Amino acid sequence: MIQIVDRRLNGKNKSAVNRRKFIHRFRSQIKKAVADAINERSVTDLDKGEKVSIPAKDTSEPFFRHGQEGYRERVHPGNKEFQQGDRIARPESGSGRGNEASDSGEGQDEFVFELTREEFLNFFFEDLELPNLVKTQLAMLKETKKVRAGHTSAGIPSNINVIRSLRNALGRRIALGAPYNESLIEAEKQLKDLLKRYDETDSVVIMLRKEIEELNEKIAGIPFIDTFDLRYDNRIERPKPTTQAVMFCIMDVSGSMGPEEKDIAKRFFMLLYLFLTKTYEKIQVIFISHHTEAHEVDEETFFYSRETGGTVVSSALNLMSAIIQERFPISEWNIYAAQASDGDNWDNDSIVCAKILSEKIMPYMQYYAYIEITEDRHQNLWHEYLTIKEQWDNFDMQRIAALTDIYPVFRKLFEKKNV
Amino acid sequence: MNNKPLSETSEWTFELIEKYHKEIARVASNFGLDTYPVQLEIITAEQMIDAYASVGMPIGYSHWSFGKEFVSNEARYKKGRMGLAYEIVINSDPCIAYLMEENSMMMQALVIAHAAYGHNSFFKKNYLFTTWTNANSIIDYLLFAKNYIAQCEERYGEEQVEAMLDSCHALRNFGVDRYKRPPRLSLQEEKDRQKDREEYLQSQVNELWRTIPAKEVIHSGNNDRRFPQEPQENILYFIEKNAPLLEPWQREIVRIVRKIAQYFYPQRQTQVMNEGWATFWHYTLLNQLYAEGLVTDGFMIEFLQSHTNVTHQPSFENPYYSGINPYALGFAMMTDIRRICEEPTDEDRHWFPDIAGSDWNKTLHFAMQNFKDESFISQFLSPKVIRDFKLFSILDDDKQSEIAVTSIHNESGYQYIRQALSEQYNLGSNEPNIQVYDVISKGDRALTLRHIQYHRMQLDKSIDEVLKHVVRLWGFDVRLETVNEAGSITHVYECKH
Repeated sequence: MIQIVDRRLNGKNKSAVNRRKFIHRFRSQIKKAVADAINERSVTDLDKGEKVSIPAKDTSEPFFRHGQEGYRERVHPGNKEFQQGDRIARPESGSGRGNEASDSGEGQDEFVFELTREEFLNFFFEDLELPNLVKTQLAMLKETKKVRAGHTSAGIPSNINVIRSLRNALGRRIALGAPYNESLIEAEKQLKDLLKRYDETDSVVIMLRKEIEELNEKIAGIPFIDTFDLRYDNRIERPKPTTQAVMFCIMDVSGSMGPEEKDIAKRFFMLLYLFLTKTYEKIQVIFISHHTEAHEVDEETFFYSRETGGTVVSSALNLMSAIIQERFPISEWNIYAAQASDGDNWDNDSIVCAKILSEKIMPYMQYYAYIEITEDRHQNLWHEYLTIKEQWDNFDMQRIAALTDIYPVFRKLFEKKNV
Repeated sequence: MNNKPLSETSEWTFELIEKYHKEIARVASNFGLDTYPVQLEIITAEQMIDAYASVGMPIGYSHWSFGKEFVSNEARYKKGRMGLAYEIVINSDPCIAYLMEENSMMMQALVIAHAAYGHNSFFKKNYLFTTWTNANSIIDYLLFAKNYIAQCEERYGEEQVEAMLDSCHALRNFGVDRYKRPPRLSLQEEKDRQKDREEYLQSQVNELWRTIPAKEVIHSGNNDRRFPQEPQENILYFIEKNAPLLEPWQREIVRIVRKIAQYFYPQRQTQVMNEGWATFWHYTLLNQLYAEGLVTDGFMIEFLQSHTNVTHQPSFENPYYSGINPYALGFAMMTDIRRICEEPTDEDRHWFPDIAGSDWNKTLHFAMQNFKDESFISQFLSPKVIRDFKLFSILDDDKQSEIAVTSIHNESGYQYIRQALSEQYNLGSNEPNIQVYDVISKGDRALTLRHIQYHRMQLDKSIDEVLKHVVRLWGFDVRLETVNEAGSITHVYECKH
């Protein structure tokens, strides 16, 4: 009579469809909430789910019900000092009405729920795409993996396919033995006949016995297995798309970059990193900071060390180029770079930068983004970089003046471009 | 008795669940509980939240509102602000009860007693459930509904189906027959008849609207001719049968929402009784196991803690107060009926001459079978329970600047409080009384609804939103007239197509 069913493995996402429908229906409100979250919160902890609240009135489902007017009688528990006929000031917010307010959902102004990390990032990066992504995937088919592809007659012993080899051997033995077997049967039949008329010692019988013996030897002489019976499992190499990327973060840490500018740069880098994680399984991040000379540093130093002095941007570009040559062959890596600077540079260095970029760096890049963090007019580096932008499709540059500009600028850099 | 306890630790296993179930079933049948066969399902907390979102329906059609329910429950659960109720059960045959894997053995036993025997026996015997719902075909029907709606989504697009469901949900509470028994639901019949129905319904609708213009003139001159001739309270039913422009599949969706609303209607009318009954029986059954030595002291202490939490009634000034707790009131009333039968006082003999001193189990079964919350309270709320809860009634009249205490838990107030509380559980007066009044007399196919006012209560301002949904279903203008208790029209809301 009793039936116990274990449903725990049945999958918990019975509500997944409903959840998707809910999110789809309120996508514009959610998008706004997500955008607000990005502007107000630290970008460093964006890589997780997000609590989102949208106006409750938007999500309410209307139905016929009574309003506040009229009169009604309610019974409540817990009387202490009231006597029949007492008159009491009407409590504010209608708390004397029991649970009506909460039932209707009017009690709360905000409908609060959590987006998963995946949903959050999807809203976050909606309408964005990595430039040149298609090209990359086609170009990057260098790594291979082995896949099965039938059988061959040559190979190494460890790949021998026993079943097929023995089947071949059996077939060959049957085929080669067939004529002998036929003669043997014939001869044995003859022998039977002869024995009716002759003795064992008669020469005809002796001859025939010898013949039979020879046939038997021939049959036994067919090899059990031969080299051309052998079959080997065949494996061939198939190209496998690589999904790894390296992201270069280049930042000016000279005296002119204050903590505020660095903060803006950091947020930009984080956004780019998050964005890349959507596409690539494995991402390596290289931090290059520079003032008059450039160093590859760890993240902590990159964002928080204080340096003074002038700026030679080309030092960083040279270092980056060297690192690419040494460690990141483009056959295996998708290379992205983001450079943040206040635009200050030694005058004659900006020309050098442009030259290094167009000759040694841009040919290897998936995408190179330059952001200039300044509220003043454009600096000399900007003007040099404009020429790069004309030459290379995968180079883009934008200016960021304040924290709130980051996301719009980021969107602008990566927005889907019509082909 | 010198029985050995079934288990000593709080861990559960499948064997233990079977053992406990066997004992609970035995004790329950000794008490005369008549139930559908039981199916216990072990689920995870996340699956429980799933089950919540679909009001316990094991299979449900998909709609964003269930998703909304899900995400808000999930957020609250993750914040730790919501414990999961330990039971969700609907009246199906077999009766499916969910056991959460996180629960201790005690909780599993409690849920088995509460849901699989308490609620289950209520579903099988209460007159509302036996009259209005079919436990043996509901799962099939839900499956039919889910597949049908999924098919519609494929054929007509998710957006159209969603819009249709939104509108039907807005009228969900007005899609029930209060006085007529609905026909049986069955998957096979549904499938067989659905096709015929589509054609038949469409032809019926055409019949109604075939009035040629010349005739219409005559009709509009003749103002006392209305259709429907009598006002109809089941608005969704009226729309399903008569809305001029609905496609057959849209009518079927109206029907599905209506049928499911009808199915849950008894649930809404028997909250106090149903929970009270189930709570009374889990308390009684587990105490019986304890008396027989089948459960340990530790089990009972853990059990009593859960039980007292569930039956806690915060008083009105408590910040956690949100109305009367149906578990608390129901349990108190059920327990009190037993007390009145077993140890009646003079007061009880005066108030309940029929049941004082009678067989408690028979009386309790009688009460369970033949009442709904409203009538149950007006029949069985005793002065003792009123005193224990310190009940008092408040009249809130918007014409007065102050609210008034109309009665308290004293000799002169018992009868008054009983009636006031009974009225509070009367769905008919809690929901506005709105009926389909007329569709043809004006000659413009506009649908006229009538709201009969009660206690001068007006409709909430969300009415305009609701009317938009009615317009979407009806396909022409919709008018809603509020008629006051004196019989004259005081408000007219209109929503143009």
